[in-house]
Formats: sequence, structure tokens, C-alpha cells
Amino acid sequence: MAHNHDHDHDHDHSELSEIELRVRALETLLTEKGYVDPPALDELIETYETKIGPKNGAQVVARAWSDPAYLERLRADATAAIAEFGFTGRQGEHMVVVENTANTHNMVVCTLCSCYPWTVLGLPPVWYKSAPYRSRAVRDPRGVLLEFGVSLPKDTEIRVWDSTAEIRYLVIPERPSGTGGWSEEQLAELVTRDCMIGTGLALQPSELEAAQ
Amino acid sequence: MTLPDSVLATPKLPLDQDGGPVFSEPWEARVFAMTVKTHETGMFSWNEWAETLGAELAKDGDGSGTSLGYYDHWLNAFETLLSRKGIAAAGQLQGLRDAWDQAARTTPHGEPIELKR
Repeated sequence: MAHNHDHDHDHDHSELSEIELRVRALETLLTEKGYVDPPALDELIETYETKIGPKNGAQVVARAWSDPAYLERLRADATAAIAEFGFTGRQGEHMVVVENTANTHNMVVCTLCSCYPWTVLGLPPVWYKSAPYRSRAVRDPRGVLLEFGVSLPKDTEIRVWDSTAEIRYLVIPERPSGTGGWSEEQLAELVTRDCMIGTGLALQPSELEAAQ
Repeated sequence: MTLPDSVLATPKLPLDQDGGPVFSEPWEARVFAMTVKTHETGMFSWNEWAETLGAELAKDGDGSGTSLGYYDHWLNAFETLLSRKGIAAAGQLQGLRDAWDQAARTTPHGEPIELKR
């Protein structure tokens, strides 16, 4: 692998922060002694997973919907355009946007390595890391989407993207109708984690009212 | 899954408008979940946990987390409690921490990190 000396970390191997190391050490210890069961931890965390992290991506999507010049910058260099918000840091690097249109739906699968862009996308769903999900998403994306309650027209093309350490995708969902004149702040409320990874669509204004 | 009231009444626990816990980073949720699950085994009462956490928070002035975040204190307190219970000797956690560090360093970028022992 070629080295890129513009970066302040080594791309050849993974890295965990000091605090992540301590937390993993605790989990290993408690698991080995039988006090915790990792799947049970996942289940508890799943309840709160949509509330973890800043989900900065929602603001990015809202601006992309509102500002054509910003969308152009996002298409040209998503990492730089996302950094305009001041969202920097390792998990926000190497970003690429893929845009949904009336004829195209994008969906992302991922190895969930230590560099999953959770600062942008929010915490990944627990099932995301399961191998069956990954292979099914590639083989039968329409079926997987249907299970998430997303039914797309037959002629919609579904593209599945494999997120890696080198390229991490942010899906720009279609802007819901009936949102003309909305502020970026209001629009960001419509952008869920699931629609930024393509397992959902942006909320409709009526769904937002129902959720509040 | 709903949490017991005692858990939600933990001193200074950050809650959202729906009354559930909020986390700013994934590890925070992980250590929170481990504490709840370990408590459920009966190793310690939630009261005992709240006291341990309170003592840790008190080290940081008003515990508002100006020098350290709330869950940094939480992690310190959890390690303290486990060590007091004789579950985690300091050297044992250090050894596991080093093993994870080693595992990360030998895992090519982009692959899930696994502890091989």
C-alpha cells in the first residue's frame, strides 16, 4: 500500500484510541468471566443507537438539498465539503457521496472496521455487521429494502456500495416533496441515519409531525 | 428495552428530551451497557454504582465534566468498582489493553479488529 505523507496516521494498520482500548479490555474481561454477553450488550445498545453520535451528515444532506453550489463541491470532493462544517477527524475522511434520483437508489454495506464514519452517519445499526446482511444486500437488495419497509418501483435501479477504509459513502436521499422554503435546520430533521446509508428514505413532512 | 428507573436516576446522567440516555461516542454506549448488564448479574447494587460514580465525579469539581467528559468519569468509576470487587486486577486490564493495541496494530486497515489469543 502506498504511503500518503499528507496524512498524520499510518494507513497500513488499524488504530484504537486509548479510551477504546480500555473499553475493549473491560468487555473482554467481563465476557470471559461470564458477566456480560456481547450480543446482549448489542441488544441494549440497539435501543439507543439512533441517538448516538452527532450525525453531522444530516446537516450535510440538508445543505446539499438547499444549495446547488454546495452540492457541486460535495460531488467534487465530499471530504472537503463536509469539512466546511468543521466536521473533521479521522472518521470523516475519504468520503464520497452517492445521490438518489427518481430512477436510482443507493445502498451502502460496510466491513465495519474501526474507521466507520459514525461522526457523519451516526452509529451503524447492530445488524449491519452481520455477514448474512452484507451478502444478502449485494445479492437481493430489493428484498432487503422491502424488509426495511422501503418499496421501490420496479424500474428503479438499486446500486450497492461496499464501504471500505479508503472510500466511505454518504447517500444523499431524494428531497421529500412539500418542503419548498424549508430552512436547512428544518430539512435536517428529515434526514435519518437509515436514509444516509440507503436502508431508508428521508422522512416525509407528515412523518416528522407524527414523530414529534 | 426499557431501563429501570434507578438507572435513569443515576447522578447527572445525560438524558434527551424523551428521557433516555444519550451518548456522544459509541464507546460511551458500550461502557454504559456493560455497567447495566454487570449490575443485573447481582455483582453490585445500582446504589453502590451511583455512589462510586458520584465519588469519581466529585474529583472533578462539580462533576460537570469540564476537564473530563461524563463517560470518562463513568469508565474510571467502573474500573474502580470492578477492581474493588476483585474482578479486575489492574495488571489484568493493562494486559488486555495491550493485547487489543497489538491486535489493532497488526490488523490491516479496513478489516474488523479481533483479539487473537
